[in-house]
Amino acid sequence: MSTAPETAIPVTTKKDWATDQEVRWCPGCGDYSILTAVQLMLPDLGVTRENTVFISGIGCAARFPYYMNTYGMHSIHGRAPAISPGLKLARPEIDVWVIGGDGDMLSIGGNHLIHALRRNVNINILLFNNRIYGLTKGQYSPTSEVGKVTKSTPFGSVDAPFNPISVALGAEASFVARTHDMDRKHMQAMFRRAHAHQGAALVEVFQNCNVFNDGAYDTITKKDVRGHMLIDLQHGEPIRFGPDGERGVALDGRGLATIVDVADVGVDALLVHDEADPDPSVAFALSRLSNGVGRPTPIGVFRAVDRPEYASATSAQLAEAQAAQGPGDLHALLHSQPTWDVS
Amino acid sequence: MTDVADSSTARELSQVIIRFAGDSGDGMQLTGDRFTNASALFGNDLATLPDFPAEIRAPAGTLAGVSAFQVQISDHDITTPGDAPNVLVAMNPAALKSDLGRLEPGGTVIVNEDTFEDRNLAKAGYDTSPLDDDTLGGYTVIRVPMTSLTMEACKDLGVKTRDAERSKNFFALGLISWMYTRPLEPTLDWIDKKFAGKELVIGANKAAFKAGHAYGETAELGEHHFMIRPAALEPGTYTNINGNTALAWGLIAAGHQAKVPLFLGSYPITPASDILHELSKHKNFGVRTLQAEDEIAAVGAALGASYGGHIGLTTTSGPGVALKGETIGLAVSLELPLVIIDIQRGGPSTGLPTKTEASDLMLAMYGRHGEAPLPVIAAYSPAQCFEAALEAVRIAITYRTPVVLLSDGYLANGSEPWRLPDVASLPTIEANYATEPNQVNEDGEPSFWPYQRDENLARPWAIPGTPGLMHRVGGIEKQDGTGNISYDPANHQHMTDIRQARIDKIAESLPPLDVAGDADADLCLLGWGSTWGAITGAVNRMRAGGQKVAQIHLTHLNPLPTELGDLLRRFDHVVVPEMNMGQLTRIIRAEYLVDAISIPKVMGQPFTAGELIERIAAATAASGGPR
Repeated sequence: MSTAPETAIPVTTKKDWATDQEVRWCPGCGDYSILTAVQLMLPDLGVTRENTVFISGIGCAARFPYYMNTYGMHSIHGRAPAISPGLKLARPEIDVWVIGGDGDMLSIGGNHLIHALRRNVNINILLFNNRIYGLTKGQYSPTSEVGKVTKSTPFGSVDAPFNPISVALGAEASFVARTHDMDRKHMQAMFRRAHAHQGAALVEVFQNCNVFNDGAYDTITKKDVRGHMLIDLQHGEPIRFGPDGERGVALDGRGLATIVDVADVGVDALLVHDEADPDPSVAFALSRLSNGVGRPTPIGVFRAVDRPEYASATSAQLAEAQAAQGPGDLHALLHSQPTWDVS
Repeated sequence: MTDVADSSTARELSQVIIRFAGDSGDGMQLTGDRFTNASALFGNDLATLPDFPAEIRAPAGTLAGVSAFQVQISDHDITTPGDAPNVLVAMNPAALKSDLGRLEPGGTVIVNEDTFEDRNLAKAGYDTSPLDDDTLGGYTVIRVPMTSLTMEACKDLGVKTRDAERSKNFFALGLISWMYTRPLEPTLDWIDKKFAGKELVIGANKAAFKAGHAYGETAELGEHHFMIRPAALEPGTYTNINGNTALAWGLIAAGHQAKVPLFLGSYPITPASDILHELSKHKNFGVRTLQAEDEIAAVGAALGASYGGHIGLTTTSGPGVALKGETIGLAVSLELPLVIIDIQRGGPSTGLPTKTEASDLMLAMYGRHGEAPLPVIAAYSPAQCFEAALEAVRIAITYRTPVVLLSDGYLANGSEPWRLPDVASLPTIEANYATEPNQVNEDGEPSFWPYQRDENLARPWAIPGTPGLMHRVGGIEKQDGTGNISYDPANHQHMTDIRQARIDKIAESLPPLDVAGDADADLCLLGWGSTWGAITGAVNRMRAGGQKVAQIHLTHLNPLPTELGDLLRRFDHVVVPEMNMGQLTRIIRAEYLVDAISIPKVMGQPFTAGELIERIAAATAASGGPR
C-alpha cells in the first residue's frame, strides 16, 4: 500500500541548502569537504530547511551555520551543546545539528558536551577534530599530541590529549561514530546514522587544517595508506582490515583490543563488532586502539544503543500532567494556598 | 477547644513582633511559618523575616547554628517585619545569646529551660546560666520546660523518645498561639496534611501543640494573653505569599497571558532554588524546566528555547549572574527575549548565601563586556514579585531583549498577605511571531530580514519551523536589517546606538512615576527593591511626627523613568537607602548630576524603619541645610 504523504517534502538540491554568503575558510581547508557532504546529503534526508537548525560555538568550524540555508545560530565559545538542548526541548520536532571544533567542544565546552551526551537529548553533534586551534592562529588543542610544537608550546606540549571517542563513550553517549574529511561517502553515511538516531549523537570528523596542522592525519587517511590504517567497523562482522582483510582486532585476556594477524589467530578469534552492546566497555576498548595518528584506527559507528531520549521524556511528563490535571488554570493556581476573604 | 479560645480575657494590642530562635534542627522556620499562616487566615496584616544560617545543620547548640524567624502581625497595614522584637522565643542558650540584643528594652523572653544545662551553656559561651544571673534583668522572663513537657505529652503515644523530643517546636507554637489568641485549626489541619500517613508524627506534633496551648491557659500566664484584631485591608481574597512563590506564579501568569510556553534553565543556588522547585511542579501549564549542568548551560538552554519561540528564563543569584554574563551578552546581540532572575544575596564570592543584600545592581546594569545595555527591573515586596515577573516578561517579549529581574533573599523568603488579582484583569502580552517575509530581494522574490525593526525598534521573532523565514543569527556584529555579518565601522556604531535606543524606548511604556508622601517636602527618600517596606515605614512615622518627606521607589532601573531627573532636582535632599554601598546613588549622580546622599547597609539584614529615621537625620544634618 502506498499513499502520498499529506504534506510532501519539497524536492531540493544542494543549491537550496546553501546560502549566498561567501565561504571564508582558508583555501584547502577540510571544512569545505564536510560542508559539501552535508549540503549534498540533506536533500535526501526527507527533512525541510525550515525544520532544520545548525547551532555552533566559536572557531573555524563554527562558521558553518552561516553557509546553510536553514535556521542557524553562531553562538559563543563552547556553548553550542548547552544552547541546543534548550531549543530541542522547546521544539522537539526541529532537527538540531551542533557544529564545533576540538577546542570549542572538548576544551571550553567540554562540560556541556559530556552532559548533552549523558542526558541523551536528540541532537546531532559533528565534532571537527583538526587537533589545533585554527581561528586563534595555531595554539595546541586538547587533542594535540604530547610534544607538539605550536606558538604556545615552543618547547613541545606536555599536555596529555583527549581521545574524543573515549570521552563520549565514558559519558555513556548512545551514539558515537568517527569519520574523516577525505571520504565523502563515509561522512554522509555517518551523518545519516546520526540523524536517524533517537538521542544525542556524536560524530568525530578527522579534519585537516592545512594552515596550522597540515597533514595531521596523513599517516592514516591518505589514499595510499588508508587501506592499511583505517579499520572500518561494521556491525555484526568480525573486525578485519588491510587490503585483503589480513589483519583484525581481537580482545586479549584483559579485555583490551589488540591488532592481530588473521593468519595467526583464525577468523573465529576476531572480535565481532556489536554497536548495540548495552555495555560501552568493548566500544571503549576499540577506541583505545589509536588516537588517530600513525596506528591502525577504527572509523565507523562505535556505539548505537536505544535509551530514553530526554526531550521526548520531558514532553511525555508534560502530556501526563495535562492529562491528569487538565490544562493549567491560573485562577486555581492563585487560590491553591489557604485563602481568606476581607469584605 | 474553640477556634479562638477565651479571647474575652485577652488584652488588645495593635501589633506585636515575635522572634522565634533555636537550633537549625529545632524547626524554627516551620514554627514561624505556621504562626504566620494562622495569623494570615485570622486576618492580620503581617510581614516576616526568616533569618537562617548557610549550614544545613551546624554543630548543635552553637551560635553558628542559630536559626530565627521574625514576624510582625498587626491590626493595620504594615510594610516591615518590625524593628526590635517584643517577644523572643529562645529554644536554647545559643539562641538567647545570639538574639537577645535584638529584643526591645523590657521585652519578653520565653526560654525552653530544659536546654539550659552545662553542655549547651558552654557551647553558647555562657560561664553561668543567664537564667540565674542578671543577664536577663529588665526583661520579662517566662521559663518553660518545653522539652520535658513535650515528652510528657507524648508518653502514651508509642512515639520514640527522640521523635517526641523533636515535637518541642510545636509546644512552643501552641504556647505562643495561646498567648496571642491564634486560631488552632489551621495548624492542626496543616499537621494532618503535611504528615499524612505518618500517624505517630501527627499524634506527637498535635499532642505537643495542644500541650503548649494548655500550658498557657493553666500556668498563670494570664497577664501574657493578648488579642490582635484583623486588619482593615482592602476587600478581596487574600493568601499569604513569599517572594519566590509570587515570582514563580508571575512567570506562569506571564506565559498564560502571552500564550507562549515557559522554559526555565536553572542551576540550584540559594536563595533562588525555590523558584525552580515551584515551576517544576506546574507542567500542566506547559512549563518546561531543565536543571542544567552549570549556570552557563542554564542560561544557554534558556536562550536556545527563546530562539525556538518559548519564554526563556533562568533563575539564579549573584555568583550565577557572573557566570552567565557572556551568554547574556549573546542574547543582547541576538535581540531575543530572555529573563534573568537574580535573587541577590551577600557577596562578593560565596559571601553570605542565606542573608540578604542588594549589591548586584551594577552587575545587572554593566556586568558584560562591550556596550551591552539591557532593561533592569526590581521587585519591592514579596507579593509584588508577581507583578515584577509579568513586567519582566512583557518587556522581554515586546522589545526582544534579555531583561534582568532583581529580587533578594529577604523578598524571596519573606511573606505577606496578597490580595489575589482577578485573572481577567492581568495585562495581555503579544508575542507577535513573524510569519511572513518582510522584504523583496533583487530578483523580486519575497525575502526575510531578521533585523528589520518595528516601531519599538524590536526585530522579528521568527522561530524555526516557519517556512520561508530561514535566517542565521550570531554574536558577530551584523548589518542592521539583513543580519549579515558586517565589520563595517559605521554599521557597528549604528548597531551600538540602536541597541541603546531600543532599551531607552522602553521608558515610553512606563506609567508615570508615583511620588508618595509630601511632594512639596525638602527631603526625598529614593529607593529600589526590598527597602520599600522599611522606607515606607520610616516615611509614615516621620510624617506622623510632623515632618514633611517625599518618597520615590523605582521598579525600573534601566531605563530610568523619563521624569525622574526633573523630579529629583526639586528636592534639597535626595537620600538613597540601599542594601549595598551606594550603587543607585552613583547611577543617580552620574545620570542627573543630583547630589544624592547614600545610606548604605551590608549586614545581611534589612533596614528597620527606626534605624532609617536615625540615619536619615544624621545624613541630612551632615550635608547641611536647604540649598
